[in-house]
Amino acid sequence: MVEQTPPMIQVQKLVKRFGLKTVLRSLDFSVQPGEFVALLGPNGAGKTTFLRILSSLSSPTLGTVTISGYSLPGQAAAVRRRLGVVSHLPLLYGDLSAEENLTFYGRLYAVEGLKARIDEVLEIVGLAPRRRDLVRTFSRGMQQRLAIGRAILHDPDVLLLDEPHTGLDQDACAMLDEVLRQVSGLGRTVVMTSHDLARAEDLASRFDILSRGRIQASVKAEDLPVNGLLAFYRESLRAADSRPRHEVAA
Amino acid sequence: MRTAVTRPAGTPFVRSMLAVVWKDLAAEWRSKEILSSMLVFALLVILIFNFALELDASARREATAGILWVTLAFAGTLGLNRSMAVEKDRGCLDGLLLAPVDRTAIYFGKSIANWLFMLSVALIVLPVYSILYNVNLFNPGLLMVILLGSEGYVAIGTLLSSMAVQTRMRDILLPILLFPVIIPVVLASVKASYGYLQGSAMTDIQPWITLLVASDLIFTAVAFMVFDYVVEE
Repeated sequence: MVEQTPPMIQVQKLVKRFGLKTVLRSLDFSVQPGEFVALLGPNGAGKTTFLRILSSLSSPTLGTVTISGYSLPGQAAAVRRRLGVVSHLPLLYGDLSAEENLTFYGRLYAVEGLKARIDEVLEIVGLAPRRRDLVRTFSRGMQQRLAIGRAILHDPDVLLLDEPHTGLDQDACAMLDEVLRQVSGLGRTVVMTSHDLARAEDLASRFDILSRGRIQASVKAEDLPVNGLLAFYRESLRAADSRPRHEVAA
Repeated sequence: MRTAVTRPAGTPFVRSMLAVVWKDLAAEWRSKEILSSMLVFALLVILIFNFALELDASARREATAGILWVTLAFAGTLGLNRSMAVEKDRGCLDGLLLAPVDRTAIYFGKSIANWLFMLSVALIVLPVYSILYNVNLFNPGLLMVILLGSEGYVAIGTLLSSMAVQTRMRDILLPILLFPVIIPVVLASVKASYGYLQGSAMTDIQPWITLLVASDLIFTAVAFMVFDYVVEE
């Protein structure tokens, strides 16, 4: 008998409402340790809202969210210690240097051996030579690499990425992908929202389609034909659109 | 990534708070955005009052406490707005809220930094005011009132600026929210400052100092209790 590994992320019947508007409708989602899940969907599908709930920045209206065995929002501090978050904003201070930004966040996360860890992270993201430069002098690509450095500084179990490639040129995207492969290769669980299907197909081990506030379809990379993500994505959205309204709202 | 990282149960409160203070001071040391805008504004206000009122020597002494606190309160609003806008504009507020720290440590860190900014402005404004208005402001009692008054001001101001910054009207919303609430602190500060500058008896000043201390305690306690809810989405 094969022993089932407990999921790293477990979401059950998640509902999120903003006033009268329901953004997430009874959403179920589960991620095993070490999986790299690409969360795909059209604009307004609720991807960012979902990621903000997973990252404890927003509270669910209904439903349960468990990360690494800790539930949200009740055990938010324990969850936050195990999470690294990268969004399309860098979450960095322009008037501090790369090293000072990491020092600040390292202090907030009480990282032991902070100096050595900062050296290690700056090497990983390829910014060691620019460590003393102010972040406001960095290009968008460099800021995003440093944002990943900030997110992995405390060695999180789970990395949440909200459209991390937004606004990056091709070279910066390629460099970012390299860092993400490195992080994922070390067995960390990654959930990434993206509009870039080619990039997602290249990086992720599973693809979930979020539309109308719930996961409409999910497929593992090995079950997809080569370059088959676009067809799968369109088919999933078409199927979701053809479902009766009352079924979606249920 | 390294293989093992020590994960303490929670980052200690004082350590997180000091990290926020250090970050704000280091960023301000580089940009000088907050202090320069507060200082220029404060100096302009006292200059305008000086020319607009054309007071004689005794009237100057009478008006000093009021002008001083109006100047500090207006300049303080600029500083509070800017201090929180820096956090919001680049998503840094989310970065702070994602950290496994007690959120009130973030509040106290921001408050202490804002307090230091306000005291720095007062430190420069006082001698300039003394020269322009020919009034001696180097009075230990007045300095104590400035310490207490600015503490109450930033205690509630930091809380309200963290609310205002989440709206599109953040620049105009903060003074609208702050000035009605801050009346007890400004009133007590003006009256106590006036008492010290006029050499009034301690029995006349004491009630205002008591009101000031009580306001400081209440504002700090309220902010401590509600900051978590204010920043929650």
